[in-house]
Amino acid sequence: MSVNARSEDAMSDQVKADQPIIIARDVHKWFDNFQALKGISMEVKHGEVIVIFGPSGSGKSTFIRTLNRLEEHQRGTIIIDGIELSHDVRNIERVRSEIGMVFQQFNLFPHLTVLQNITLAPIWVRKWSKEKAEEVAMQLLERVGIPEQAQKFPGQLSGGQQQRVAIARALAMQPKIMLFDEPTSALDPEMIKEVLDVMVGLARSGMTMLVVTHEMGFARAVAHRMYFFDEGTIVESGTPDQIFKNPQENRTKLFLSQILEH
Amino acid sequence: MIVTSKESTPPLPPSPLEWVRKNLFSNWINALLTILGVTVVYFAVVNLATWALKTADWSPITAAPLLYLVGQYPREELWRAGVSMLMITFLVGMSWGVWKRYVRPFAIFLAILLGVLAIIPLETSTITLAIRVFMLINPILIYLGYRIGRLLPVHGSHVAALWLIVLLLIPLVILPGFTNSSLLPKVPTTVWGGLLITLLLSVGGIVLSFPFGVLLALGRRSSLPVVKWFSISFIELVRGVPLVTILFMFSVILALFLPTESRIDRVIRALMGIVFFSAAYTAENVRGGLQAIPPGQVEAAKALGLKNLHITSLIVLPQALRLVIPTIVGQFISLFKDTTLVYIVGINDLLGMGNAVLKLKPEFVRLQMEVYLFIALIFWIFSYFMSYASLQLEEALGVGER
Repeated sequence: MSVNARSEDAMSDQVKADQPIIIARDVHKWFDNFQALKGISMEVKHGEVIVIFGPSGSGKSTFIRTLNRLEEHQRGTIIIDGIELSHDVRNIERVRSEIGMVFQQFNLFPHLTVLQNITLAPIWVRKWSKEKAEEVAMQLLERVGIPEQAQKFPGQLSGGQQQRVAIARALAMQPKIMLFDEPTSALDPEMIKEVLDVMVGLARSGMTMLVVTHEMGFARAVAHRMYFFDEGTIVESGTPDQIFKNPQENRTKLFLSQILEH
Repeated sequence: MIVTSKESTPPLPPSPLEWVRKNLFSNWINALLTILGVTVVYFAVVNLATWALKTADWSPITAAPLLYLVGQYPREELWRAGVSMLMITFLVGMSWGVWKRYVRPFAIFLAILLGVLAIIPLETSTITLAIRVFMLINPILIYLGYRIGRLLPVHGSHVAALWLIVLLLIPLVILPGFTNSSLLPKVPTTVWGGLLITLLLSVGGIVLSFPFGVLLALGRRSSLPVVKWFSISFIELVRGVPLVTILFMFSVILALFLPTESRIDRVIRALMGIVFFSAAYTAENVRGGLQAIPPGQVEAAKALGLKNLHITSLIVLPQALRLVIPTIVGQFISLFKDTTLVYIVGINDLLGMGNAVLKLKPEFVRLQMEVYLFIALIFWIFSYFMSYASLQLEEALGVGER
């Protein structure tokens, strides 16, 4: 599969792999007078899977949205694959085409078919031919397990299928980084697994991933590091082992006990 | 799945008698209302029919039907209007062949209407045999266009392009002609009139104001202050002024500022006024559609790296415009009827022509009812088909709507 080719690229390129692909230093963000991010710093290497969790309003979604500049940060530095995010529109578009994003509400384009949803950006941004874009799109639909839905409209699919299409749509741009903003929070319980399975497969293929989620099973299975956010700061970070077995901060302990009880 | 042992069938539809009892005579109040309603409708229809067929004097219409259609357009140049009409009917046929059932009722209605008009027995000297033959060619051309649209590999975009060419050719080349041309001598718009002017102003107004209005709606949401404030002031200024005032401004005041020799044609001036007026309203209607698009749509498109131009043209506008089809068509129907206001700046549209006919002969003066009913009927037919087209368009575009 052509999408795997890229991640293999990233894997074999071990020298580059030691360099962080995402560098965030002291990132601050205000919404009017409300400070959503209070100095977030994080470095992510090629192929790392990062899980970010924390209570609602803790700034975890805001943080990953600053990485592809859906939100503008007002202080600090963000460097993605060597490109610093600034007001330069060309840089922003370049960075965005290297970062795939999956949203809580799927945000598929309802007026386009599944296939058109996936081929849109490769055709208009990457300037691929329609044939090539459709070939890649069909491979991706195969990979997320719903090739038979290609000609349907998003409204005709279940939530889990829609989210899998959204993942395929993001992967079609052959991104170096994938951001997931609570990808299973809007799903019915029986559909969560089909989406998580796709994400686990993606993580094992070597994709660099930042995932905002409370699915702790997913974190245990594939995360390299976990970050606990609260009130716009990183309270604690570490490997899943450290976080689950030996959390240092009281706030982390309390939060984990709340979400693991269920 | 649990399968029930009994196969259940849907209940049979009620017999007509049952339906009548259930819906019209379910209790004594309904029965009374039914009888009352039927009586009123009966007398209205019978009285209107006897009036229309016996009492009414339709001579203001039969005496000069061409006046209602083209006004004072020189009769020796009338073939140009005829050719225009043939082009349109042929394209209606082709559209039927390509877009099938969406256009079919309209095409069939037009064919039947023109066929009936061709053979209707009116004792009048103005409808010559040549005109009747011409009317009969139209349905044939509709059918011919239909066959061509069906049999040849014609694509929807080809037909749309042909429509655009024809709609530009007719008002800019065929009808006005050129000075010093022997084939198409100049026909000044001062002699154009009737339905020709009404259609010209409304089709021109709709086709030109739509893109203008969409741009204004986008401009109003622009992050560029100059574009934004221009759009807002244009929209609010134009919407704050009645159409009559705008028409006066364009026909009188604009002429005062421009030197006599560079004076813009008065029909074009009126059209400009209509386009400005309609664009401001279109802009506000489209803005409603733009606001209904969830911000997640734009975010998803941005996250894919699409440029703003592509986000607007591929993601936002297609969804927003689909949402506002009913409102926009409603607005275009009122624009179509509002074109009658050009009568006050001295342009003889369909209504103006009716008023002119009433003054032709002293005995016509008391026949206002007949003339206005006739004009109302024509307006109704066009308006009805616009709302019908709107429904067809919604259905054609509604596939996969969430």
